[in-house]
Amino acid sequence: MLGYLDHAATTPMRPSAAEAMIPWLTERFGNPSGGHRVAQAARRAIDEARDVVADCLGCAPREVVFTGGGTEGDNLAIFGQPSPVCSAAEHHAVLHAVERAGGRTVAVDGVGRVVAADIPHDASLVSVMLANNEVGTITPLPSVGPDTVLHTDAVQAVTWLDVASAAAAADLVTVTGHKIGGPQGTGALVVRGKARVEPLLVGGGQEQERRSGTHDVAGIVGFAAALRACTDTREDTVERVGKLRDRLADGLLASIPGCWESGSRDTKVAGICPLLIEGIESEALLFLLDEAGVCATAASSCASGALEPSHVLAAMGVPRDLAQGSLRLSLGWCSTDADVDLALDVIPRAVAHLRGETGGDGPDPRGRRA
Amino acid sequence: MKVLCAMSGGVDSSVAAAMLRDDGHDVTGVTLKLWGGPSDAGCCSVADVDDARRVAQQLGIHHVVFGFGDEFMAGVVEPYVAAWASGRTPNPCIECNRTIKFDRLLRRAEQLGFDAVATGHHARSVDGRLLRGVDAAKDQSYVLHMLDAARLRRILFPIGSMTKDEVRARAAALGLRTATKTDSQEVCFLPGGGRDREALVATHAGVVVENDVVVGSVPAVELVTIGQRRGLGLGGSAMPRYVLDVDVPTRTVTVGPIEALLTDVVRIEGATWARGEPNGVVLVQSSAHGRVAPASYADGVLHFVEPVRRVAPGQSVVLYDGDEVLGGGVAT
Repeated sequence: MLGYLDHAATTPMRPSAAEAMIPWLTERFGNPSGGHRVAQAARRAIDEARDVVADCLGCAPREVVFTGGGTEGDNLAIFGQPSPVCSAAEHHAVLHAVERAGGRTVAVDGVGRVVAADIPHDASLVSVMLANNEVGTITPLPSVGPDTVLHTDAVQAVTWLDVASAAAAADLVTVTGHKIGGPQGTGALVVRGKARVEPLLVGGGQEQERRSGTHDVAGIVGFAAALRACTDTREDTVERVGKLRDRLADGLLASIPGCWESGSRDTKVAGICPLLIEGIESEALLFLLDEAGVCATAASSCASGALEPSHVLAAMGVPRDLAQGSLRLSLGWCSTDADVDLALDVIPRAVAHLRGETGGDGPDPRGRRA
Repeated sequence: MKVLCAMSGGVDSSVAAAMLRDDGHDVTGVTLKLWGGPSDAGCCSVADVDDARRVAQQLGIHHVVFGFGDEFMAGVVEPYVAAWASGRTPNPCIECNRTIKFDRLLRRAEQLGFDAVATGHHARSVDGRLLRGVDAAKDQSYVLHMLDAARLRRILFPIGSMTKDEVRARAAALGLRTATKTDSQEVCFLPGGGRDREALVATHAGVVVENDVVVGSVPAVELVTIGQRRGLGLGGSAMPRYVLDVDVPTRTVTVGPIEALLTDVVRIEGATWARGEPNGVVLVQSSAHGRVAPASYADGVLHFVEPVRRVAPGQSVVLYDGDEVLGGGVAT
């Protein structure tokens, strides 16, 4: 029995995406930069994929730069900027890029939304994520001055929001394949309006000199197919999964004393259920959940596998000891009632076990059970 | 048994996990992330986590990473810095065993339903008693002396009955990627050795005095250790001089001949005992791979049969009965 509740880390491939990729992993193998018919077949696949992506994201095909994923898109948007600014709750792909470019961060409010009034007017670029990867908070994009480029990391938003309209004001939009049912290592950066990017990779001049390197044809085809399916089914998915999320959140809040939802549900995307649980440690809880078949995470994924204190929760003002009991449950396009049923059975018992075993360590006696 | 085996990414803990698996235990490997920072070097670097995970994959056991960075900072690094700053000589591996591996990790393991915690230390845990490892040159019982009988019953040292050569041979036979990995030598959070230590501890220059006469100087009085004979700015004197005393408040290091370094009394404090405080004849070890000397012990005081070199304050002094660890404390 497996309850996969980590769709914000990676969601399973949509069948249509996997099927679309297979020819390009087998008999159709051309390098799209070539001139002959085998190459031109691959070229056509990329051109058609670009049309699909542009249609789904509300931009022109020439404004789509295919990338190797969300981190690359964020880096490509920011590197080369003289004075970038981002919110303190951004993904590390934005935060570290802004830091390296010598930029600044702006505080967020208690649910993780940037305080628009704090954004300096002299920034060359402002980066604000559309939907936060840890707590799911949707941030309406701020208006910026005529000389400022607006970037949004929409990686977590695409499944739940119509990015074409929600990010219409942005000059740069980062999306990725593996959060929407496409392959890992794929994505795109929309580059439009006054935005110009400094290429991270130079060489053969692919993607209009903005991203050199032979195209990942199968990946691009799979990404576009996933985005098409995601866009076409979005309304149903949001309604169906939103109900599952509400049942999950309401069930856990009712059965676990000393358990809080981080951020208001009204301002969150439908798939994310971020919890703060008093008197337990995420690391221990996740171990027990994994043993019982529930796959989740504390905040976000990290290279070493160790759990670092969440910078997003810290930026929202959550005390460090409470943030140590954070649990991010995230649902996706293929989540089912069975996933929620398992979580509702396993998580309260695991929390009760940990609180009982920790003896006097737990700060909240309300949470203790026989 | 359900066993949580601490895996550092080195050969000893790799083989420990393999032995437990081969003995039929339900083994989970855990690597502790204790010290991060930009360099990401030292014993819990991403590279070492990778080695541990790859060995676990090869052995077909589950592997997890626990981050005890806050506890490591509070229980090991900060006391280490404070000890040097006050002129004492700390042993951070002992504090890590005391506060992290055999306290924090042991409690976490119990909470998660494990029957025992295992490590790749060269020592033996037998019926609640701690014995030296079979390989005398690699024995690590000294750094484990704080373990009492109750904890020892929940701790396994699977390679304690093997020599290092046997451990490496076993790793090679199993085809483990860590079979030829060299042993770590430095303090794990100071991969650059002394230079890193100097960056961590606020230091002050001091004078070196013999018989009330200034004979040299040191750049960092806090980092001088009793018994030290180099780095004192004494030049090439005919008679070797040893540090007899370090007084941090007055920034004074007192030196003298070897005879003045010898003592037949050592006092200890903060002692813990495996099965009650001993009284009578014991064997004493005062550094990680130091020589063993006989003494009689009572009420925190050791009277040595033959004079021994003074033990720097802060160093652990461990008492043995033959190969069995009785317990120990730190020199005052």
